[in-house]
Amino acid sequence: MLDTLMLSRIQFATNISFHILFPSITIAMCWILFYFKCRYDFSKNPVWMRAYRFWVKIFALTFALGVVSGITMSFQFGTNWPGFMERVGNIAGPLLGYEVLTAFFLEATFLGIMLFGIRRVPSRIHTLATLLVAIGTTLSAFWIIALNSWMQTPAGFEMREGVAFPLDWWAIIFNPSFPYRLMHVLLASGLTAGFLVAGISAYRILKGDKKRAPYIALKTAVFMVAILAPLQAFVGDLHGLNTFEHQPQKVAAMEGVWETEKGAPLLLFAIPDEEERKNHFEIAIPNLASLILTHKIDGEIVGLNDFVGEHPPVKPVFFGFRIMVGLGLLMILISWSAVYLFLRRKELPKSLYKVLVAMSFSGWVATLAGWYVTEIGRQPYLVSGVLKTAEAVTTVPPSNVVFSLALYAIVYSFLLWAYIHTIFLMARRSVDVEEFETADPSMTPIPDTMFEGAGSNEGMIAGGVKI
Amino acid sequence: MTAEMYWLPIIFMALMGVAILAYAILDGYDLGVGILLPLNNESQRDTMIASIGPFWDANETWLVLAVGLLLIAFPSAHSAVLYHLYIPAVIMLIGLIMRGVAFDFRAKVAADYKYAWDCTFKAGSLITTLAQGYMLGLYVMGFRTDLEAQLFTLLSCFGVTAAYSLIGSAWLIMKTEGELQKRAIRWARTALKITFVGIIAVCIVNPIVNQGVFDKWFVYPRVMFVLLIPIVTLNLFVFLYFLLNRLPRVNDSYSWVPFVGVTGIFILSFIGLGFSFYPYIVPWNVTIWEAASAPESLKFILVGALIVVPTILMYTIFAYRIFRGKATELKYY
Repeated sequence: MLDTLMLSRIQFATNISFHILFPSITIAMCWILFYFKCRYDFSKNPVWMRAYRFWVKIFALTFALGVVSGITMSFQFGTNWPGFMERVGNIAGPLLGYEVLTAFFLEATFLGIMLFGIRRVPSRIHTLATLLVAIGTTLSAFWIIALNSWMQTPAGFEMREGVAFPLDWWAIIFNPSFPYRLMHVLLASGLTAGFLVAGISAYRILKGDKKRAPYIALKTAVFMVAILAPLQAFVGDLHGLNTFEHQPQKVAAMEGVWETEKGAPLLLFAIPDEEERKNHFEIAIPNLASLILTHKIDGEIVGLNDFVGEHPPVKPVFFGFRIMVGLGLLMILISWSAVYLFLRRKELPKSLYKVLVAMSFSGWVATLAGWYVTEIGRQPYLVSGVLKTAEAVTTVPPSNVVFSLALYAIVYSFLLWAYIHTIFLMARRSVDVEEFETADPSMTPIPDTMFEGAGSNEGMIAGGVKI
Repeated sequence: MTAEMYWLPIIFMALMGVAILAYAILDGYDLGVGILLPLNNESQRDTMIASIGPFWDANETWLVLAVGLLLIAFPSAHSAVLYHLYIPAVIMLIGLIMRGVAFDFRAKVAADYKYAWDCTFKAGSLITTLAQGYMLGLYVMGFRTDLEAQLFTLLSCFGVTAAYSLIGSAWLIMKTEGELQKRAIRWARTALKITFVGIIAVCIVNPIVNQGVFDKWFVYPRVMFVLLIPIVTLNLFVFLYFLLNRLPRVNDSYSWVPFVGVTGIFILSFIGLGFSFYPYIVPWNVTIWEAASAPESLKFILVGALIVVPTILMYTIFAYRIFRGKATELKYY
């Protein structure tokens, strides 16, 4: 029978897994939109506006899902993890508070202008609103990653009678794992949004969309991920080294190392067995894990058996890590192939479009896998070395948690289906829209000159132009 | 107790009060618009949703701020309150999810789904409101669950629904014109009467069931001052009653007055309620000083709040100015 602890953990995992899907798109997508809008402002080429308008709709939908699931998150601490706030609230509270104050209001308020203000403000102000929303989403990531990293590698505090008190806010925010995790998360968002833009654009082209907008969006996204994906591999490696230094038990689980050994092999595949405390069906490259983690061919990796009772469940961490890395390598391969063809000015083959469509949501899988590695890898602690997960859980009856968990699960599965369904629907519908058929002024931002009293109309785009 | 340990909790309680009040007014009107959504008239639904489109997101952020401040400044109260409100809070969240996503999905799907999303929007708004009313009622009753308390929470559910409908219709009177505006005026007249009855009922029941509240209000000479609150509120109700009977006027004059008047009623009711329970944060159980976080944490967040909150207010006003005037069709595509 599941108890309140297990149910609360499942509920929190459900909520946060659902929630992270949407910020992982919006953080980077807003920067992509800002790029589209800037290109339009400088070139006045309407195709950029067209790309902006298509993607801002998807952005709005994604943002709304992020907001509502985020509000749910803000209640989770109180409803299910009262011990968390009672014990480390002095640290966690202000970090969450700064997220609300500096990020949430900024993005929510300027989102209104970004979405609906295009005819009410000069184009430059609209571009500024887009920039501010992008800054807001990124700031939001900054604060929440600061808190998450503090839970992984706490610093800058002291314990008095079981309660954490802050000593040095700088040390708390810029705790040892924070810079690496923040970079890793931001790049992950870039890859998630990039593959979504590339995949949906490829889908439109496959469905016979001959317009320029999906093509330039595809090209932008592919070039972006081709740069970000190898960068992510590099940053991920640094992050891994940082984890090895501060949370060796997590790395031991990621690598499936049971006994402390020198010259540990890199396991390409294995099935870790926690009962027998060994791996089955190992496929390994000798000495490589040691080489990666210690930069020495016979470097020592401390094994899980040195952390009995203090290390995370091995299987999810071990497999999560391999899924994330595998997808990362696939992303590099695909994006580089596409960039190679673009640079050689060759037509992309149909098969590559299909692969890109299949990769549309690959960022989600990699992001979730990565988060499972780091979050499950923190267990059995909620705050490493300070507070165990079991100590923080609520005392509400399990039946209440079953009720809420069931409701969330039903609503979330439906929303996930509706979200994906709607994105593809929007893509299919946009195929038949004529390019720039509109002289409809509401589709075009007001040129700045109109606000300066020049009364000139040159910024307006004439209808029916095909580029 | 040092001076900062005395004052910091008071400052944070005031900040939290402002956040809750801002939430009740701002999300109050857009929840109210959601509740009033007419299922028999699509173009009116479009206009009504357009009138709240640019704002609802930021409005809901005030709820996150209020819960956030409770969490930051009074963590033990946060867990105590949410322990008692577990189920209604979950239901409220489901309601908020329904309306938040319905708002975006309705504009992006084929016409045959739009009606279903509009129904979801209306239902989500109503569920959210009822859950908030229920939570308010439970809070006022000190989380009792006996029959008497249940009846009161039921009353509170209807009261909050009426109040949100009232401020929602007042918003529509200000932001719309023509047939819809006339309809909104009729809604406002009805909602005004129900809200009035609801507030009176709470005013009578609250001091009767809570001895602490009674002692607080009816002490001479304090009673002479605090009675100003219900007296001014009563006057506002009477004023709005006559005003609503005379609307709409030519040239749309006074169409903004109901919204301001209802906002006044919200503020006064909130002050009255807050005064009743001060300094308890969990009624009759935990005071703000007992629940407060460490001063070093409160000071750290206060510095930021003093800089950021005025900035938030500034750009919020900026956004409202951009979208001032009658609501037009929502076009972002």
